[in-house]
Amino acid sequence: MKWEEYLVPTSLEEALAMLKEHRGQARVIAGGTDLIIQLKKKEATARCLVDVTHLDELKGIELEDGFIRIGACVTHQELASSQLIWERAAALAEGASQVGSPQIRNMGTVGGNIVNAQPAADTVVPLMALEAEVEVATATGTHREPLGGICIGPGQCTVDSTAEILTAVRFRALDPNQGSAFERLAKRKALSLPILNAAAVVTLNNGGDTFQEARLAVGPIGPTPARAFSAEEALRGAAVGAQAIAAALEIAAQEAQPRSNPLRGSQEYRQEMVKVLLRRSIKRAVQVARGS
Amino acid sequence: MKDEEWSMEKMTTQTLTMTLNGEEVKVQVEPSALLVEVLRDQLDLTGTKVACGEGECGACTVLLDGKPVNSCLVPALKAQGREVLTVEGLAPPGELHPLQKAFVEHGAVQCGYCTPGMLMSAKALLDHNPSPTEDEVRLAISGNLCRCTGYAKIVEAILNGSTG
Repeated sequence: MKWEEYLVPTSLEEALAMLKEHRGQARVIAGGTDLIIQLKKKEATARCLVDVTHLDELKGIELEDGFIRIGACVTHQELASSQLIWERAAALAEGASQVGSPQIRNMGTVGGNIVNAQPAADTVVPLMALEAEVEVATATGTHREPLGGICIGPGQCTVDSTAEILTAVRFRALDPNQGSAFERLAKRKALSLPILNAAAVVTLNNGGDTFQEARLAVGPIGPTPARAFSAEEALRGAAVGAQAIAAALEIAAQEAQPRSNPLRGSQEYRQEMVKVLLRRSIKRAVQVARGS
Repeated sequence: MKDEEWSMEKMTTQTLTMTLNGEEVKVQVEPSALLVEVLRDQLDLTGTKVACGEGECGACTVLLDGKPVNSCLVPALKAQGREVLTVEGLAPPGELHPLQKAFVEHGAVQCGYCTPGMLMSAKALLDHNPSPTEDEVRLAISGNLCRCTGYAKIVEAILNGSTG
């Protein structure tokens, strides 16, 4: 697990050049709260680590033209204490505030949480419901792509951290007729992986009595953080109420494919809990959207 | 990079300069050294403990720029140019910080292994929130495991340490 070099670039160009020079032997490190454990356990290897936490492009939470841009090296603690995130994307603030422990939240970053690609990552599930896209810097330039497209399996992200750098995540800030919420089920309140988590983003019509749109995300019910598209479709245009929500949740539970797991509970239990967590998130998201 | 240059680099240590417990310290470190290893093995500050080595238990908690972190997961070179506070820096030699006194008075120390980390998490809390509620105390130490006390006496000590 011993890496032989620890490099701290001061510009994005320099960081990309360092990765290129090491031809696959160097790896990006941000907070290190997952990577260092993986290196210790020999689940990851690197001859050189390139620390990107000092790069300006990877810092800051900004509102630009109705979009929130979050630098990849913004920590969970920074997200959890951002007034902008609480006001315009509360589900993400709630998710970030439940990652690991205070110590982990002070080091771990949103970009690291994304690239680490766990199917129930506490910031990624809300970011899926927020329809986020990511910015990725490569040797040939920076491009954007949907967050949902880069998580391809447990621990597998298409962003190659030996050659590319995830620089930011970006999504449309929620408007006053929208609301979001995140729910998490775990054995303890801290230092406990989620048995299940869920996020909802709802858009109500002007009267607040109809779902114009609902976006629902759940993990871990498959290899990647998942959207419950059929349940979302069932809510579109429906009157806000217990009946429509219950019907949509049945669909979500049927589509969810959680596995039985000695750590996380049986399939049957978790399928039932998909409904419970989504119901709670939708209800709170509706309250926010109604301004109540 | 040529192979011979690479092997030269392998031998190279890097200079870490940090403010440690209020004093500037320069130390030659292996690129792969973790902060806790440099503190304990090179600087003889063995107050900071290692237990799980995976960021689960908080025994290795130190403050980095005033914020609690797991020093077993922090590459030492991340501390470059930054402030590190360990349990040894809480009070002048031979004296106790009010939190340490409170831990003693309230019986918050049993085996003692979690204590340095608990103290550092509590110190970070009280620095920005001098009069915390019990819930705030419990949240602040939620990343520090204690297998002896059941936490009640630790929470009591921190609540009392906060009022001096």
